[in-house]
Amino acid sequence: MSARYSIFSLIRNALAYHEDWPAAWRSPEPKPAYDVVIVGGGGHGLATAYYLAKELGVRNVALIERGWLGGGNTGRNTTIVRSNYLWDESAALYEHSMKLWEGLSQDLNYNVMFSQRGVLSLAHNQHDLRAQSRQSNANRLGGIDSELLTPAQIKAFVPIMDLRAGGRYPVLGGALQRRGGTARHDAVAWGYARAADALGVDIIQESPVTGFRIDNGRVQGVETAKGFIQADKVGIVVAGHSGVMADLAGFRLPVTSQPLQALVSEPIKPVLDTVIMSGAVHAYISQSDKGELVIGAGADRYVGYGQRGSMQVSEDTLGAICELFPSFRRLRMMRQWGGIVDICPDASPIIGKTPVEGMFINCGWGTGGFKATPGSGWVFAQTIAHDRPHDLNAAFSLDRFRTGYIIDEHGAAGVAH
Amino acid sequence: MSQRYRLPDGGRIDRTAPLNFRFNGTALRGYVGDTLASALLSNGIHLVGRSFKYHRPRGIFSAGAEEPNALVQLGTGARSDPNMHATQVELIEGLKARSQNCWPSVDFDISAINDRLSRFMPSGFYYKTFMWPAAFWMRYEYIIRHAAGLGTAPTGRDPDYNDKTFAHCDVLVVGAGPAGLAAALSAARTGARVILVEQDAEVGGALLGLAGEKIGGKPALDWVAAARAELVESADVRILTRTTAYGYFDHNFVGLLERLTDHIVDPPAHLPRHRLWKVRAKQVVLATGAIERPLVFRDNDRPGIMLAGACQTYLNRYAVKAGQKAVLFANNDGAYATANDLAAAGVKIAAIVDTRPNPEGPHSERAESAGLPVLAGHAIVGTTGDKRVRQVRIARLNDDGSAITGEAQEVDCDLLAVSGGWNPAVHLLSQARGKIRFDEERGTFVPMQTEQATHVAGACNGSFGLASCLTEGFATGETAAKAAGLSSKSRRKKTPAASNETFLPARWTWLVPSETPLGRGGKHFVDLQSDVTAADLKLAIREGYRSIEHVKRYTTTGMGTDQGKTGNVNAIGIIADTLDRPIAEVGVTTFRPPYTPVTFGAFAGRDVDDLLDPIRKTPMHGWHERAGALFEDVGQWRRPWYYPRAGEDLHKAVAREVAAVRTSLGVVDASTLGKIDIRGKDAATFLNRIYTNAWSKLEIGKCRYGLMLGENGMVMDDGVTARLGEYQFLMTTTTGNAAAVLQHMEEFLQTEWTDLDVQLTSVTEQFATISLAGPNARRLLSEMTHDIELSPNALPHMAFTEGTVASVPARVFRISFTGEMSYEINVPASYGMAVWQAVLTAGERYDITPYGTEAMHVLRAEKGYIIVGQETDGSVTPVDLGMDWVVSKKKDFVGRRSLARPDMLKPDRKQLVGLLTDDPQVVLPEGAQLVERALPNPPMPMIGYVTSSYGSPNLGRSIALALVKGGLARKGETIFAPLADGRVVPCTMTDPVFLDPEGERLRG
Ligand SMILES: Cc1cc2nc3c(=O)[nH]c(=O)nc-3n(C[C@H](O)[C@H](O)[C@H](O)COP(=O)(O)OP(=O)(O)OC[C@H]3O[C@@H](n4cnc5c(N)ncnc54)[C@H](O)[C@@H]3O)c2cc1C
Repeated sequence: MSARYSIFSLIRNALAYHEDWPAAWRSPEPKPAYDVVIVGGGGHGLATAYYLAKELGVRNVALIERGWLGGGNTGRNTTIVRSNYLWDESAALYEHSMKLWEGLSQDLNYNVMFSQRGVLSLAHNQHDLRAQSRQSNANRLGGIDSELLTPAQIKAFVPIMDLRAGGRYPVLGGALQRRGGTARHDAVAWGYARAADALGVDIIQESPVTGFRIDNGRVQGVETAKGFIQADKVGIVVAGHSGVMADLAGFRLPVTSQPLQALVSEPIKPVLDTVIMSGAVHAYISQSDKGELVIGAGADRYVGYGQRGSMQVSEDTLGAICELFPSFRRLRMMRQWGGIVDICPDASPIIGKTPVEGMFINCGWGTGGFKATPGSGWVFAQTIAHDRPHDLNAAFSLDRFRTGYIIDEHGAAGVAH
Repeated sequence: MSQRYRLPDGGRIDRTAPLNFRFNGTALRGYVGDTLASALLSNGIHLVGRSFKYHRPRGIFSAGAEEPNALVQLGTGARSDPNMHATQVELIEGLKARSQNCWPSVDFDISAINDRLSRFMPSGFYYKTFMWPAAFWMRYEYIIRHAAGLGTAPTGRDPDYNDKTFAHCDVLVVGAGPAGLAAALSAARTGARVILVEQDAEVGGALLGLAGEKIGGKPALDWVAAARAELVESADVRILTRTTAYGYFDHNFVGLLERLTDHIVDPPAHLPRHRLWKVRAKQVVLATGAIERPLVFRDNDRPGIMLAGACQTYLNRYAVKAGQKAVLFANNDGAYATANDLAAAGVKIAAIVDTRPNPEGPHSERAESAGLPVLAGHAIVGTTGDKRVRQVRIARLNDDGSAITGEAQEVDCDLLAVSGGWNPAVHLLSQARGKIRFDEERGTFVPMQTEQATHVAGACNGSFGLASCLTEGFATGETAAKAAGLSSKSRRKKTPAASNETFLPARWTWLVPSETPLGRGGKHFVDLQSDVTAADLKLAIREGYRSIEHVKRYTTTGMGTDQGKTGNVNAIGIIADTLDRPIAEVGVTTFRPPYTPVTFGAFAGRDVDDLLDPIRKTPMHGWHERAGALFEDVGQWRRPWYYPRAGEDLHKAVAREVAAVRTSLGVVDASTLGKIDIRGKDAATFLNRIYTNAWSKLEIGKCRYGLMLGENGMVMDDGVTARLGEYQFLMTTTTGNAAAVLQHMEEFLQTEWTDLDVQLTSVTEQFATISLAGPNARRLLSEMTHDIELSPNALPHMAFTEGTVASVPARVFRISFTGEMSYEINVPASYGMAVWQAVLTAGERYDITPYGTEAMHVLRAEKGYIIVGQETDGSVTPVDLGMDWVVSKKKDFVGRRSLARPDMLKPDRKQLVGLLTDDPQVVLPEGAQLVERALPNPPMPMIGYVTSSYGSPNLGRSIALALVKGGLARKGETIFAPLADGRVVPCTMTDPVFLDPEGERLRG
């Protein structure tokens, strides 16, 4: 059992030279059978396991991770959190997530550094302005905070930004969600892992799932590097590798897997106190607590599983950053990397049942699922436990591509993260 | 006291060229050829900065790119650079540098209190606290953020500019040490096109820092000079110094950053500051050398503690003694070379502390015969000295090196040179997905396998001796050239002789024991920049963060600006020992680009300001500018938005422009619409499949409106396409979608319908399009042509003809987006301006009025015409738009099956309606949401939203278009728009066509 974290436990342990801290989670060998096996130890998988145990009393759960917890997109993303989505279905889901974020550090007893410093997306043309007006009105009537800012208000909010953007695509306005912000990605994975482990969930790392045993259309368990593990129910939450898993289970998914890259500058003293997004010139930027500028770039145009982004995408993104922030031109890129994002045709996730009985899937979060981590885990746990989707994720079924109930999130906003 | 640590002679500095510079405000002197670090050391300055977390005093640790400590802020204001490695900054006259991350000064830094409190700040402490009260996190975070960060961002727009360029070569050699020079030479001798890249200001690599090395019996640097001269002479060789290969991408694509002016006081204007090279190399030779590894012992971070090889470099290359009284601490033979060189230069060697019980090897033997004091089987177990190391504690190691035995002795010193072995710089190899393995004998990771067309030579390959560097270099260069397709006519020369001493033998020590248990006294730093200690690594593992990536992220080891170049392998060794697993199993963390930091501005290059993205302008753009038009960006195009006259705002100008079109004559520049020429025997079949409606029967000379769907059945584009001939059509697309439409069609042709004989050509920019609209359109046009019959019978609505307009060959389409009689005149782009001028001059008698996009939008909205992207958003079907009339029931087309999906047929989908506010004066904001009933507070269910909304001068009231759930069947009903300002506007749903529903005006 893990000790509670607090300033007092920190002081107490400091006096013992930090030699008595317990492990944040056990690293057990898998048992032969579980009620539920979750495949994928990213934030979404870990959150699913946690909420299964905490909210639904399902504690005989194993989470199986191919490599190390959070090593997928969870540990690679630019951590923008917001809930001001366009469609009612998405807004409800992301707002549910936002509410969970707002108490997450306390709930997990692990500081995930959820920093509500505001997310400002910029409008650079008449089309952007119209789209923002539509979205902001929808958010307002849907009960989600949203403000439209004039250029003068933006200048006051982010004085170092060049609203002329070099004269090419001037900033004409912006939509601000003050409750939006960033969080510490690793802490989210670790916090969920520790809390889930404390409730009895077995976390198995370095053990890829290599196949599924399926009898009469019903899942029996998973084949892993550590042997076969029997399971009544299996939840697949593997982001970029969802297509691979579906293939092993014998069904198809309408997702493409593409590399998406991000990069950081060297650490500098605070210069940017909010999150800036621009769909039109394609740049996303915030400053981490360590001082690095964290910059999200675009996806490579081709399908691939190499976790690195190509150079021309960094050129485009940094070009845009240099326009919005001409004083950043002399700063330097310290590290660049990529993750594999699973993109659905409508840029919305799939959370629900699969053609295999007892097998559930949660994928398709693409370039923007970090913000949904708590909500996604929460609804997926409900879906697995009750064998049917929760109201919040009912619309996000795999079936929607057959029925045509698509929830197209790239249309109006054109903003990915 | 000036430069009292400078030797009287020697070194590669130019003593005839002294330089003045300032560090933290103090005036100092150095020479041309110095780095900032060597100049500081020559003045006896070691303390240059404060560490990231504990604000401990830190000095110069290395002599190169691997520097973790000596980061400085250069310059001021807009031309200021944070986090620069003092070890790489070339000294120039007037240089101003200051310490970072300290206040009020590097000597007295308030935040040094963190060091006292460090006990409460182990790795990851922030995950365990700052959670109460919950609302306070933003305040805690404020303090944390301000404590973090290193240097500061410049305060204004960068006054310098950068450039980018492409290059191709047969062989790219990275690193111009002996191996790289040899590789470049042998590749060049085959006639290969070679690029040789060196991050330093001069070629020579490690040889620059060594004394007494010989190649072919002569001083090694003579060989370097000759090699360089030969390469400079070779026609197809390019040597790039001050250039770092920072990233190795797929398909042998390598990114280089060249620094052209940082070392010049007043650079000429034609030189960019940095240049980003994008090199596609047939073959790459990595000769990137090796980086020395420090030892992890108690309080190993004080100023005056530096890598042994760096001491040697400062001595030999810069003629600087890093101290007067040195202690050397090493686990290998190579480090003794430093002691020998220091002693020869008159530095007192107080002790050579060697963890090896029986020091062996040529350098050790030389030291011994010189009588230097060697303490074998000993270790340093602690240091003292606040801003400069003052004393070290030395104790004997037990047999397996895991603990100390006996009493420690104290030795005074002002310099502690350390060496824990050498790590090949395998960063680029790993970026290129090459594999490395842990080599027990050499105690480090060495290349194992390459994945691309990559070759490795010299120290980077784990071949540390000079002779093997040369042999491998010459061999590799030739192999690479051969692999690049050069038939090896290499004017082969004999590889010159050299010594082959390495730093081996060695005894591998990852964590040096000390007198107290780890974590209970002093700090054993693993990552100097991030302030990560061995105790932190062990804490992480104790807490379950066992994967190397978890340890890295939990402790932040290796995550500083140096990316762990000196610290990582030690960290891996300590982790492996703690986990009791072999190092090979623990593995390394991913090597990510860049090798060293790369300027953002270099990635932008010259694509800044107006050049960020091309601005597309029509041939008539100059006229619009002179006419005072305001512009809007539509995709890359810049289109006239409206043409205000004196005193007019958008509203007034648009009202005037709109009225002119309806009453007399307007003209709009429609050149931006996409134009795609479609030819081939199967052109009509192709259009049948691409568009929702049928095309086979369209007569030559006729036009038809078409709707294009994506595979998901949603509207993707629309436009008019004309049949120019049996096998030729001209398609128009919306301005913003032209490229996407061409791509969409090409994709189908190239992947699905490869049997069709169809060719697509974009001709958007080949034509200028002048669109006349209004009751006087025909009259004007008839005055400007003598060979086009314009009567309604000869050229009815939706017909096309060719002839001359204003004596220029023209294609004339009678089509309309305004609901007025309208002619689109296409002339070759080069005549666009002339014809436009002619039209405006001839049109004066009709009071011809140029109108912009805004008026165009109003005009088409009055007619209920949609704009793709405004009335549609990727989720709207033709049925939703009430446009089933354009969807064929008889044939197949892209998107058809999707339209049959159950959710696409639901009656409560959002559908296009007209919307009239009950108060005709109220103009709804576009994007307003619509509700059945306004509730006092959100949330309230929304049933649709306003897509377009204008004041219509022709109708004398506001009009709007909206997408509303089930709207097609609800015309006449009232719904509400609750606005942001609190107003709730009642409005009635209507037909979207507000004007001339019969279309008499446009047919006239
Ligand atoms: C560069 C980048 C920037 C981004 N920026 C943002 C942002 O700013 N805001 C935002 O909201 N979202 C962002 N995203 C998206 C976000 O990161 C993801 O949507 C989200 O983290 C997905 O979480 P996950 O837990 O589903 O996936 P992951 O974290 O990828 O977890 C999936 C896990 O499954 C494991 N796995 C795969 N195959 C197997 C197998 N066979 N057996 C066992 N385990 C397996 C993987 O190892 C991995 O750990 C970004 C993504 C990237 C790549």
